[in-house]
Amino acid sequence: MSKAILYDATMCIGCKQCESACAQQNSLPYNDSVAAEPVQSAHKWTVVLTKDDKFMRRLCMHCEKPACASACPVGALHKTKPGPVVYDVWKCIGCRYCMVACPFSQPKYEWGSLNPRVRKCIMCPDRLAAGKQTACAEICPTGATKFGDRDDLLREARERIRQNPGTYLDRIYGYNEVGGTSVLILSSQKVEDYGYPASAKIGDTPLPEYTGRVMERVPDFIPVWTLVLGGIYWISHRREEVAAAEAEEEQAKKTQNGGAR
Amino acid sequence: MKIKFTFWRAVFAVIMIAGMYSTYVRYFHGLGASTNMTDQFPWGFWIGFDCLCGVMLAAGGFCIVGAVYLFNVESLHSVVRPAVLTAFLGYLLFIVGLLFDLGRPWFIWHQLIYMNPHSVMFEVGMCVMTYTTVLFFEFLPNVFERFNLRQPIKWIKRIYPVLIVLGILLSTLHQSSLGSLYLIMPSKLHPFWYSPALPFFFFGSAVAVGLAMTIFESTQSAKAMGRHLESKVLVQLGGALLVALWMNALLRLEDYWHRDMLRQILKPGYEAYFLWVELLLAFVIPITMLSFKKVRLSPQGLYLASIISLLGFITNRLNVALIGFETFVGHHYVPKWTEFSVTLMIIAMGFFLFAVAVRYLPIFPAQEHAVVQTVRQPVAGPALGEAVLNAGD
Repeated sequence: MSKAILYDATMCIGCKQCESACAQQNSLPYNDSVAAEPVQSAHKWTVVLTKDDKFMRRLCMHCEKPACASACPVGALHKTKPGPVVYDVWKCIGCRYCMVACPFSQPKYEWGSLNPRVRKCIMCPDRLAAGKQTACAEICPTGATKFGDRDDLLREARERIRQNPGTYLDRIYGYNEVGGTSVLILSSQKVEDYGYPASAKIGDTPLPEYTGRVMERVPDFIPVWTLVLGGIYWISHRREEVAAAEAEEEQAKKTQNGGAR
Repeated sequence: MKIKFTFWRAVFAVIMIAGMYSTYVRYFHGLGASTNMTDQFPWGFWIGFDCLCGVMLAAGGFCIVGAVYLFNVESLHSVVRPAVLTAFLGYLLFIVGLLFDLGRPWFIWHQLIYMNPHSVMFEVGMCVMTYTTVLFFEFLPNVFERFNLRQPIKWIKRIYPVLIVLGILLSTLHQSSLGSLYLIMPSKLHPFWYSPALPFFFFGSAVAVGLAMTIFESTQSAKAMGRHLESKVLVQLGGALLVALWMNALLRLEDYWHRDMLRQILKPGYEAYFLWVELLLAFVIPITMLSFKKVRLSPQGLYLASIISLLGFITNRLNVALIGFETFVGHHYVPKWTEFSVTLMIIAMGFFLFAVAVRYLPIFPAQEHAVVQTVRQPVAGPALGEAVLNAGD
């Protein structure tokens, strides 16, 4: 069963321990000035945003059908069975199509590097393989970030909304967005206010389907179009040959006539 | 004449020196130092112009080859070689541009071993790679002829039908796929430019641009060489361009109508202004111009109309690649001077290589005889070549 992260913004106290745990897990620099940065970047894969006294976490959503993975020409990004969307740096050619394709704008780039990598939350695949939870979920003191099976977390999220309908917006962000994601968000406020794309805008259709509709026609298109083009070539040159042969005949007749005269 | 010669040489030198410096910044200080691209704007001017526009501007090759060899439009035979040359250079320079833009250009060959068939980018990459090879073979006879190698020309002639069919097939695929690239971002690209019909738009505009580009380059090089212009060829191309522009315009109109956007595109706004510029230059002005028989029959009129439509389609591609994302991102992207400088250098290289090729190879029919003569009496060559190189860059 695929794993997921449930982030409940109402339980978050903004301690940013998830940020530091993430940095430590992935050998990223972390200090006060990094903690103060309010945006994600190549060295900050997750961020806790603050608005008044409310908090919201941002991280890679680990889509069930990730646009980035379908976009990558060399398959450097792929969705693993347990849930994480991971990145194989040795394959990457640096085209950055993943960054453009991602509806959540999660992949970030090492713009200053001479051998740049794409960087994003990879959902601690090594820890998952060892049967542990993600670093951010493990360290979270309030349980705002919770790790578990996606189906279980969905059930729990629905239960929380049912029990406290006044606290939550009746919505689990990530349940259906772009075909569902492995990060689920519960909140009392609109996630859109924190930079998440509106559900209506990104829709329920997995984004790879949009390009897939075209790409799946290619294998049929190639032989058909080759036949059509080859056919046209053949016809138009056949006509040429016939014309040439006729001209020759004509010529021969003329010479004959000329000879008879 | 001499002053002009020095002037263009100076411009060329300035562009090359600035370009070299920008190249140094790009490879020794990284993409961050040499471009204004950010995590919010991961694709900038190099993708928008060098790649999207570059491939489009090189479409003349397959358009003209298709018309002449597939549909037997014999009268266009004289522009096949310049069109193939432009296409070949265009694709080579596109690859050069790509080497600047890719973060890890030294791994560009990974495309061949780590294939992801679901990726549009993969399809584009493979097609461009193969098509450049096809263009190389279509271009080779020029070289063989220059050195009077009869046997290899025969070999190429034998595989010519395969080259032609393959070339058009690959062009159809990747010209449209450049549009398909953007299908995966319905929430990011502005609805003025995001459409399920993007692959059709990209293919259609490539055909129109291929024709316009052939008019442009024939006129330009005729001027440069003081060669008499075959106005019959231009008139025919102009007629085809008018049809192609109409097809493109109707396709766009149908798309806006179908998506219920007609009223929105008329409302003034940031994106609307860019769209208007694009539609005016690509369709309204050239179609109006070409609708007059007087313009359609005059080389100057055709030249002007094709330049305007070229600018229109370039605006279109830049709108898709850059302007269309600004609302989503929330701020503007203005390329750094080094980005412009690299692109300028690549364009200048294109002009230079074109001039060199025209000078030394039998690209133009008038040249063909000259070269045959040159082969026999080597002294006669340089004067003509000098004139070409002089005006070419």
